[in-house]
Amino acid sequence: MTTLTADTTSRSAPATRPMEGMRRVARRRRYLMNAGAAVISVILVVWTLIPLYNMLMVSLKPDNDIFSDHLWPPSPSVRSFWVVLTQDHWYLEHFWHQLRNSIFIAGMVTLFVLAIGTLTTFSVGRMRIKNGWLITNAALLTYLIPASFLAIPFYLIMQHYGLHNNPWSVIAAEVTFATPYAIFIFMEYGRSIPLELDESARIDGASPFQIYYKIYLPLMAPALVAVGTYAMLVAWNQYLYQFLLLSNKESMTVPVALAQFINSDIAPWNYMMATAIIYALPPIAIYYAFRRRMSSGLTMGGVKG
Amino acid sequence: MASVSVAELGGPEARRQSVWRYWRGGLRGSEFVWAAAFLVPYICVFLAFVVYPVGYGLWMGSSLHLYPELFADPIYQQTLVNTLIFLALGVNLKLFFALMLSGFFMRKGWWVKGLLMLYVLPWAVPALPSFISIHWMLNGEWGLINNAIYHIFGVDGPSWLNQRWSALGSAIYSHLWKWLPFWTVILLAGRMSISQEVYDAAEVDGATGFKRFLYITFPLLANLYLVLTLLATVFLLGDFNSIFFVTGGGPANSTHLLATLGIRNAFDMGNPPLGVAAVMSALPLLIPLVIILMRRLKAAEVHV
Repeated sequence: MTTLTADTTSRSAPATRPMEGMRRVARRRRYLMNAGAAVISVILVVWTLIPLYNMLMVSLKPDNDIFSDHLWPPSPSVRSFWVVLTQDHWYLEHFWHQLRNSIFIAGMVTLFVLAIGTLTTFSVGRMRIKNGWLITNAALLTYLIPASFLAIPFYLIMQHYGLHNNPWSVIAAEVTFATPYAIFIFMEYGRSIPLELDESARIDGASPFQIYYKIYLPLMAPALVAVGTYAMLVAWNQYLYQFLLLSNKESMTVPVALAQFINSDIAPWNYMMATAIIYALPPIAIYYAFRRRMSSGLTMGGVKG
Repeated sequence: MASVSVAELGGPEARRQSVWRYWRGGLRGSEFVWAAAFLVPYICVFLAFVVYPVGYGLWMGSSLHLYPELFADPIYQQTLVNTLIFLALGVNLKLFFALMLSGFFMRKGWWVKGLLMLYVLPWAVPALPSFISIHWMLNGEWGLINNAIYHIFGVDGPSWLNQRWSALGSAIYSHLWKWLPFWTVILLAGRMSISQEVYDAAEVDGATGFKRFLYITFPLLANLYLVLTLLATVFLLGDFNSIFFVTGGGPANSTHLLATLGIRNAFDMGNPPLGVAAVMSALPLLIPLVIILMRRLKAAEVHV
């Protein structure tokens, strides 16, 4: 911005008097712009942090301070976190078991999304199977169907299959809704890899599976990281299907347990918020660790529009 | 297509040959088998978990006697109004602010980058923890907001979640808080893809500041903005979390959206077909949107 205005002023160099005035106007404008930017920044910081501050503040409250009007607990303590980690409250009896369930589901979803997505796009995009566009269009269509609209028939079907309270029913649902995005991104990314590579490997006698495994997958690594992160976050964060399909003690995941007492008056809010923070930390860490690669994948998808 | 005429001339043997060739296209026999085998997993997923539930849902919602019952339900009528308000405000506010803020984040400097890192935090935090935090924060008696109002102004704040309109407003606020970063980042990428040369040329012609936005940036982003509006509408129509956790559909079921009403009818009321009917009443809006988006997204794919 600033360099550009400097450019234009130097271009009209001969007239010195008006230049002085222009410079003053430009300087005043820059001050105003900076002041405006500072105001916007403060608003954005407050806007972003309020719910998160509330989460942290409540989790640091001791048991007898939950129902009080303090904006910051007078005697903050991390005891709630310790209670969660040691499962020292009736509400948190199965915390570690639930965490294990969440991790298992996220891991399996990531694995299946990557496997199914790469196999499909290898066949459609690299081997160029005829009418492959039917598959990619079907995937695009799935991407546009709101998952919450399919929840009721999906639930009934899982009951028919006898998969109620089975983590695999949730894995199936999440794979279904995350794979279309994977296919979309893999197709886009695959265009940057020259087809001649596959061609020359084929002439050397490599079978399609060898080309897939030894050439395609290694070259797709950045896209695999982006989509894998995406799938893991989707699986970890998804609530509705886990809530409907997993209801017993054995199969329940962290988010389902967390939301159980949201409308009860005696809910232990400090423990709930501590659990919420522990549950939110892995995705935040993964998100920031892979942010650059994820957002490049995302913009590939987004800017395509 | 030439193979069709050959098939008409030849006997059944030739026809079988050409159908085979038509399907396998340019691939050799064994390669075609590999390529087809690679597609099997996704086709299975698609048939079992997309086609089957969609078909089952359509079948469940196809009995016409459900609809008079549904439309006569005052909760449904309120839900329809809520959904339209939620769509109109949610989509437009979200994209308008995302467009403006993406311009703000184009500014240079390390602190803008740092602010962006902080700003995307709501998107990185899972929906559930944030939304139950907002739910408790807006509690009329013990919530952070009303405590702050009491400390600053010395008056009791309203009980946000106990009145229909403020509850609906709270849900829209939660939705904006969670999703604004996502759309901002996408529009930011859109702005970054506009080359500096275009701006330089405009600068020479005297287009700066607001003029530059009006005549250069916005026309170049308009197509993206339109597609994002449609996409945001589809995504928002399926939004379940921001109502379910923040208002829970309350007070007195007055803040449901179609998605949450469907779940309520199906599971709390124990009437799955009525739940499916509630969701299916969104199809007249959803289907045209999906068709337009399919064409737009596909056209974009072909161009690249």
